[in-house]
Amino acid sequence: MKKNLLFLACLIAITATAFANPPKGKTKDAKKGNLAVHFKNVVDGKDLKLNDSTSFYKNANGDDFKITTFKYYISNVSLIAKNGDKVAIPDSYFLINAADSTTLNQQITNIPEGKYTGITFTIGVDSARNFAGAQTGVLDPAKGMFWSWNSGYIFVKLEGESPKSTAKKNRLIFHIGGAKAPNNTIRTFTQKFPKTLKISEGKLPELELVANASALFQGKTTVDFAKLNFTMGGPNSVIVADNYADGLFKITKVKN
Amino acid sequence: MKVKGIVFLVLLGFITICTAFNYGFKGINYGIAADSVRFAVPANFPKPVYDFKDNPVTSNGFKLGRILFYDPIISKDKSISCANCHQSFAAFANLDHAVSHGVDECLGTRNAPPLFNLAWQKEFMWDGGVHHIEVSPMNAMTNPCEMATDLNTIVSRLQETKAYAPLFKAAFGTTEINSQRVFRAMAQFTSMLVSAGSKYDKYIRHENGGAFSPEETAGYALFKQKCNTCHQEPLFTDLSYRSNGLDIQSEDIGRDSITHLEADRGKFRVPSLRNIELTSPYMHDGRFETLEQVLAHYNAGVKPGANLDPALHQNNVYGIRLTAIEQNQLITFLKTLTDRDFVNDKRFQAPE
Repeated sequence: MKKNLLFLACLIAITATAFANPPKGKTKDAKKGNLAVHFKNVVDGKDLKLNDSTSFYKNANGDDFKITTFKYYISNVSLIAKNGDKVAIPDSYFLINAADSTTLNQQITNIPEGKYTGITFTIGVDSARNFAGAQTGVLDPAKGMFWSWNSGYIFVKLEGESPKSTAKKNRLIFHIGGAKAPNNTIRTFTQKFPKTLKISEGKLPELELVANASALFQGKTTVDFAKLNFTMGGPNSVIVADNYADGLFKITKVKN
Repeated sequence: MKVKGIVFLVLLGFITICTAFNYGFKGINYGIAADSVRFAVPANFPKPVYDFKDNPVTSNGFKLGRILFYDPIISKDKSISCANCHQSFAAFANLDHAVSHGVDECLGTRNAPPLFNLAWQKEFMWDGGVHHIEVSPMNAMTNPCEMATDLNTIVSRLQETKAYAPLFKAAFGTTEINSQRVFRAMAQFTSMLVSAGSKYDKYIRHENGGAFSPEETAGYALFKQKCNTCHQEPLFTDLSYRSNGLDIQSEDIGRDSITHLEADRGKFRVPSLRNIELTSPYMHDGRFETLEQVLAHYNAGVKPGANLDPALHQNNVYGIRLTAIEQNQLITFLKTLTDRDFVNDKRFQAPE
């Protein structure tokens, strides 16, 4: 009997507390929506095909090449609201792998409802996560995008072949990474959308993001595969990162 | 005929067992009891670098890390464990091996560093390329001249080995096995490798067994005068990268391979002098076998390489002049840095 009374008292107390503090948070919380992002990998306008032995691509230097691997991270996505505010999407890390079509369609979730005019994100992985120890999910070092001998993520990985390459088996190996000065290769991409993006609960608007692999080899410095065909961090990676900072990505479509 | 067959089988079994014992393989005992462990900062040590926030040391996490450390399943051909190059009796360095010896008889280029007081290290390896204790085993795991595997292979092998699911569950709450859990369990083991029980430590902390002989006292005074610019107490390293003039031109570019700076060519991390008596051979390439040879180098062998540390070139003298008596006194002091309790600690040894 005593026990029952105690239980009843507790129940009343809990109920009373619940009513005394109405769930303010819920009404205050802005509604959230999601956004589908479709990645399209190209080489100067042509669809990127891995291991395509029938046709070579040409870099800005006129060197023929083919691609066997193309992978990259984007992280720390922020959408730019109509009033100019940057709305950061927490924990936004994406790994796109040309060899795995499931990675080409991503979703950015938990975006506050509203109208957005642009996007900004890190090409690669922010400095903090590079030095934070063993990670999981898309940042799992098992994804093959982490250097064991010089800790840190490979931000952009392109491998292939070019008859011009002086490396063994004419290989091209471009592993771009490094988050420390003077060879920091973290670059930020920012672009205005071709039209306003509307995020609302229950809807799934879409973005098309085109990634141009040949951006690694043109821009500030035209890459000659006879001279530069291998980099894994360091000054040569900085050259490539400076090249792709502006040219790697382009938002081509917004569909509300 | 039947009898012959049985005799043959028994003989075959006998030979197999003998061979196994001959190679010293006793196998991992996945069923060892979980030792009660707690990470504690020794009174004469600073605050550790590793914050343990996301990975507090627990008895079951430590036990899993210990088993992983000793399990050769991690290497390509399942022949080599971490303990092959990091032996407990050598303060987790590789006794008598100038350079590491990996799968397929592959010889590496650098001397396996001892493992202790890692929780105080911001960077790892001779060149400081690894920035975090948790990911430091990945280097050896994936190096084609060491264990030569990859994380996916390791994770799937652990998933296929029945004994591991309950060990991961005990350590992390569920049976899930992923690389983060492997690394975190190993970090629980390696961060617990704290060596602070040497005679020197007892001397500093005014504990029993810490009385220095006149020879040791003289050696300590010399050490403070001539060595502690680089080998700073209490870790006996300032964890910087320096060239100590081993060669005019270093074959191994060292720190330069990480920073890509000419000024770092031929520089290596200043190693701790703790347990130095047990970790022969010495230097990044294991070129010296005895402490006498090391001091002979500092006395008369320092070469004027491009990036030679300024501390080793003062008043137009290369190296650190030391008389034979001084060299003996220094070695006597260095032996007070040997931590027998640490190397004999059963909790750190093979789970057999």
